[in-house]
Amino acid sequence: MGPETLIEEIRTRLGDAVEGVSDSFGDQVLIVRPVSLRGLMASLRGAPFDYAVLLDLTCVDFTAGEGRFEIVYHLYSLSRDVRLRIKASVRAENPVVDSLVGLWKNADWLEREVFDMFGIAFLGHPDLRRILMYDGFEGHPLRKSYPWRKEQPRLPLKD
Amino acid sequence: MESRIQKEARPDSMLVNMGPSHPAMHGTFRIMLELDGEKILNAEAEIGYLHRGFEKTCENKTYFNLLPYTDRLNYVSPQINNLGYAMTMEKMLGVRVPERAQKIRVLMSELSRVSDHLTCLAAMAMENGAFTVFLYMMKAREFLWDVIEFTSGSRMTTSYIRIGGVRADLHDGWRESVKTAVRETRGVLKDVHGLLDKNQIFLNRTRGVGAISREDALSYGWTGPCLRSTGVLYDVRKAHPYLIYDRLDFDIPLGDHGDNYDRYTVRMLEMEQSLRLIEQVAALIPDAEPLDRTAGIEPAEAVRRGRMRRPPGRILLSPNLEGSEKERYPEILTADAPVAVPPKEDTYTTMEGLISHFLFFMDGYGIRPPKGDVYFSVEGGNGEVGFYIVSDGTDRPYRLHLRAPCFHIVSALEQLIKGRLLADVIPTFGSMNMIGGELDR
Repeated sequence: MGPETLIEEIRTRLGDAVEGVSDSFGDQVLIVRPVSLRGLMASLRGAPFDYAVLLDLTCVDFTAGEGRFEIVYHLYSLSRDVRLRIKASVRAENPVVDSLVGLWKNADWLEREVFDMFGIAFLGHPDLRRILMYDGFEGHPLRKSYPWRKEQPRLPLKD
Repeated sequence: MESRIQKEARPDSMLVNMGPSHPAMHGTFRIMLELDGEKILNAEAEIGYLHRGFEKTCENKTYFNLLPYTDRLNYVSPQINNLGYAMTMEKMLGVRVPERAQKIRVLMSELSRVSDHLTCLAAMAMENGAFTVFLYMMKAREFLWDVIEFTSGSRMTTSYIRIGGVRADLHDGWRESVKTAVRETRGVLKDVHGLLDKNQIFLNRTRGVGAISREDALSYGWTGPCLRSTGVLYDVRKAHPYLIYDRLDFDIPLGDHGDNYDRYTVRMLEMEQSLRLIEQVAALIPDAEPLDRTAGIEPAEAVRRGRMRRPPGRILLSPNLEGSEKERYPEILTADAPVAVPPKEDTYTTMEGLISHFLFFMDGYGIRPPKGDVYFSVEGGNGEVGFYIVSDGTDRPYRLHLRAPCFHIVSALEQLIKGRLLADVIPTFGSMNMIGGELDR
């Protein structure tokens, strides 16, 4: 099954969850409805699609222009040697999206990083807290509203 | 605030900190351990001590200017990071890279891969008491870095691989230095096999320790030698061949048990394959036309004479720019404008050259890829190094994200050491090849 037929197959089987497909510089992109994200990912992980690896998870802040965040997943299927990018839009106010921790183990740290950097809450994450920044850090540094080189107050020493 | 491990700890157990400043933590990395005697009941890893806002910084730099920051991700094999970034941009810009530059890139990536594996295994062996191995491997690494240094001018943070090609051609006499490096590294590998493969102390600390199943390794998103040590065949060079890897002959060594010993073996065997690749690609690179670097006009003189009309003959360049003479350009950098820095000879002497120089470096000009997002990855020292770049059509990335291979690998550490002994942390952590620069970004 080539990448195009694979996308068609996904659309036929999981059409309700898919908002659209696109091709970006040769990468296959699937745009999905955030409400059905978890279900779609669970189906993609199993047979017949076999996207067993969550290569990457990140987020893009379009707040400046479009008032939204976009969560970007990269899946990889070992048996077919194909990558798939999945995008879901999240509103900019109180952004929430379903956690994938039960599906992939690395989703734990990846989601913590997105939470840390963008302030996006992942529903169902067992231990959602900062990972790269420290407790007591104010704001979410990769948001466009966070100024580059902003200085933070010094924290008091711990006991 | 209390950490998770503090909240969950049993009242009769002991909490111990390993790191962030600990000789076996390869930089700054903290593991909190809940111990019952020497047995680890619970573990929590804390990262971020080397976080320097790489992604945020990149959003505020031009595509050309952010290249040196990519050197500092995996600082043991910086050229592979350069390559990953450069190739992601080339995918976006649709640029074709000259054949010679592609071969030089393969040569440099493989030299970096060997030095990456050497560093990882050297540190791992030293922490298990094999100090000799450390010294031998560091010695071999020096020979590899000689090749890199003679060509690029620096040992580690080279910024040598550029968007559209490489900064300079290989140095004169590169063949000899490559030959020496390969010979010395082969010798060291043979010695290390002899020192470690049947060494009972080393075996006891690595065999069956830190084992991970295939399913878990995939579920954690492991890639690179760590994934291959569990027996999964996945290498970006084979699965999605880039540069000229599809024309080269090399094998992908696989492990079986996914334990520390397999991670050691896979790395050792991979280095041999990389040395093979280095020899193959060196044979494919033709000798460059020799250049006379002594005869010509000094740059200052050329600028003075260039006010009236274009000065005749060659312009001498600073020795720092050796290898990036105008004559070398068609072989090493793409001609598509404006992707590569214009040749210095033109900048010094002609009005058009100066204008194209400014058009490359001026704010808002320079490299401006079309709108859209792109993902591209190369096989790094410890796994798939992927770049995800979102462009809004300006000269700076709207968003740049690095898929750091060791972020995924290290996230499995807690699971691997739970229930084991305290001493098992050292070889397990050592065989993962945690690199702070790319883990914390």
